[in-house]
Amino acid sequence: MAFAILVGVAAGIGAFTFVYARGHSYLTNDPAACANCHIMSEHLGAWRKSPHRAVATCNDCHTPHDPVGKYATKAKNGFWHSFYFTTGSYPDPLRITPGNHEIVEASCRYCHERITDAIDAPEHGAATHKGALQCTRCHRYVGHLVR
Amino acid sequence: MASKENDARKEPRRFGGGWLVLAAVGAAVVALGLAALLTNIFQRQQEARNPFYRVVELTDTTVDPAVWGQNFPIHYDQYRRTVDMVRTRYGGSEALPVQPTVTDPRDTVSTSRLEEDPRLREFWAGYAFAEDFREERGHAYMFIDQVFTRRQEVAQQPGTCLHCHASVYTVYREAGDGDLMAGFERVNQMPYQEAAALAEHAVSCIDCHDPSNMQLRVTRPGFIEGIRALRASEGVPDYDVNDDATRQEMRTFVCGQCHVEYYFAGPEKRLTYPWSKGLKADSMLAYYEENGHSDWTHARSGAPMLKAQHPEFEMYMQGVHARSGVACADCHMPYMRVGAMKISDHWVRSPLLNIDNACQTCHTWPEDELRSRVHVIQDRTYEIRNVAIDAVLDLSRAIEELAARDSTAAVLPAARNYHRRAQFMTDIVEAENSMGFHADQESVRVLARAINYARLGLATVLGRPLAETRPQTAPPQTVTPRGEGGSR
Repeated sequence: MAFAILVGVAAGIGAFTFVYARGHSYLTNDPAACANCHIMSEHLGAWRKSPHRAVATCNDCHTPHDPVGKYATKAKNGFWHSFYFTTGSYPDPLRITPGNHEIVEASCRYCHERITDAIDAPEHGAATHKGALQCTRCHRYVGHLVR
Repeated sequence: MASKENDARKEPRRFGGGWLVLAAVGAAVVALGLAALLTNIFQRQQEARNPFYRVVELTDTTVDPAVWGQNFPIHYDQYRRTVDMVRTRYGGSEALPVQPTVTDPRDTVSTSRLEEDPRLREFWAGYAFAEDFREERGHAYMFIDQVFTRRQEVAQQPGTCLHCHASVYTVYREAGDGDLMAGFERVNQMPYQEAAALAEHAVSCIDCHDPSNMQLRVTRPGFIEGIRALRASEGVPDYDVNDDATRQEMRTFVCGQCHVEYYFAGPEKRLTYPWSKGLKADSMLAYYEENGHSDWTHARSGAPMLKAQHPEFEMYMQGVHARSGVACADCHMPYMRVGAMKISDHWVRSPLLNIDNACQTCHTWPEDELRSRVHVIQDRTYEIRNVAIDAVLDLSRAIEELAARDSTAAVLPAARNYHRRAQFMTDIVEAENSMGFHADQESVRVLARAINYARLGLATVLGRPLAETRPQTAPPQTVTPRGEGGSR
């Protein structure tokens, strides 16, 4: 009986936390969801003024385009973002991780492949995007004019 | 029969009971963890809204920063850290323990710049700066360091000095019966010691913030008048900085209230910023040449000299960061994260002591690389600053020798004027506290102009005067390779 009550309590608090923290918003494509954590407000605002505002949302650049990759990335980033934001133990200023940077680079090519194919040759670097010419090295601000 | 049934019932219950307890505990732990997570999320959301408790009512007479700190404890804590004395390669300050005396109760001072570079005593010979000049240290010390510097002993300083070295907004308003400008004028004409008795704090919150809404505002009459004169020279009449400046401009202007070149005009010792011809060193020199002001007569050369003081605002305006819209506060009070709050760091200090927040928001290179880039700039400026000081001293000594031989020599006025100009241009860079970083190419250009004046002055003393300006040679014709076209 006590067990049942406790499970119920846990489930209840869990459900409340989920709704309070707007957990459902993370299943959508809505960029405002990424700014649930206000540290992202500048990036959201900068994106709203950026050249890509009408053609790409946060997910279009920061998650892979296949359904499995997309939700796996969301899950992984979601967990780690929550972890670090809860503990506060991340360095300032914010830096994208190498893995997430890979995803962004792949997203550039996903849309712009026809243009970039010619310069994305193996001669320009390794087979992975990490070694190749990085779009973001020069086109740093097309997504959002803040780091 | 009953016991067997009981036994049969007991066994599964005993086995199930243990696991049930474990599961119950587990569920309780999960519930606890979730509640903790929930409260943390709530806390972050509250932090993000950046609330503050209105513990005390702040008014236009609340000068004590500790009172403001009751409403804004994090800002206040950071503000208090300006007592830290840390050196950077060319800046910061190093704590020097000293014996308190009857006239100077300080037990720690910063190191003497005159001892670090003894040439400076000759450079400023005949002026109070040759007596005592120390490394500048944090805002917390601005008032006591001014009260107790030996420069107060060798000359009677006017109350004008207080304008930048203490929290004077309330002092001026009280001295003027509510009128800031009238109070400013009254305090200027007091002897320094009398004026200093009216003040109590170093720069305080009220000097930059409107207490009713925390908006940045300019409170210093010197800057209000100086920027109006500057804007007028740019074709903008009746400029009122508190009405007309943008928010980002204010993040520079509140610092520009004090980090500027100035002089005391007339017998009423009115603090004046020499900006009516512009902010460049050349413009300020032209201003002084026109109005004939001089701060002292050089004890060696007899020249009418100008002392430059901390022209960070003017120099910064010449650099690429200012041109790119970066404000003083962006580097010296960068945004910092406290939990989910974003606040301006009120621990005003060298950005070299805070490279990640001050620089890496825009310049995403490693700290070591950024630091070494700054040092390259500063080392280069320091190298030419030394050349310039030597050049000016060479001229000063040559004039002194000439005057000793023949005090009526016809070339003396012209030579002394070169000394005045060469030294002012050198002093602009010497007194500026970034060692060239704020505007690196401009700093070296100003020093080069100084060295040129020294050269021309020496030529005059030696009886071989040289023309100051030469006809411009036409820039070389750019050769455009065939087929490229374009007009660049």
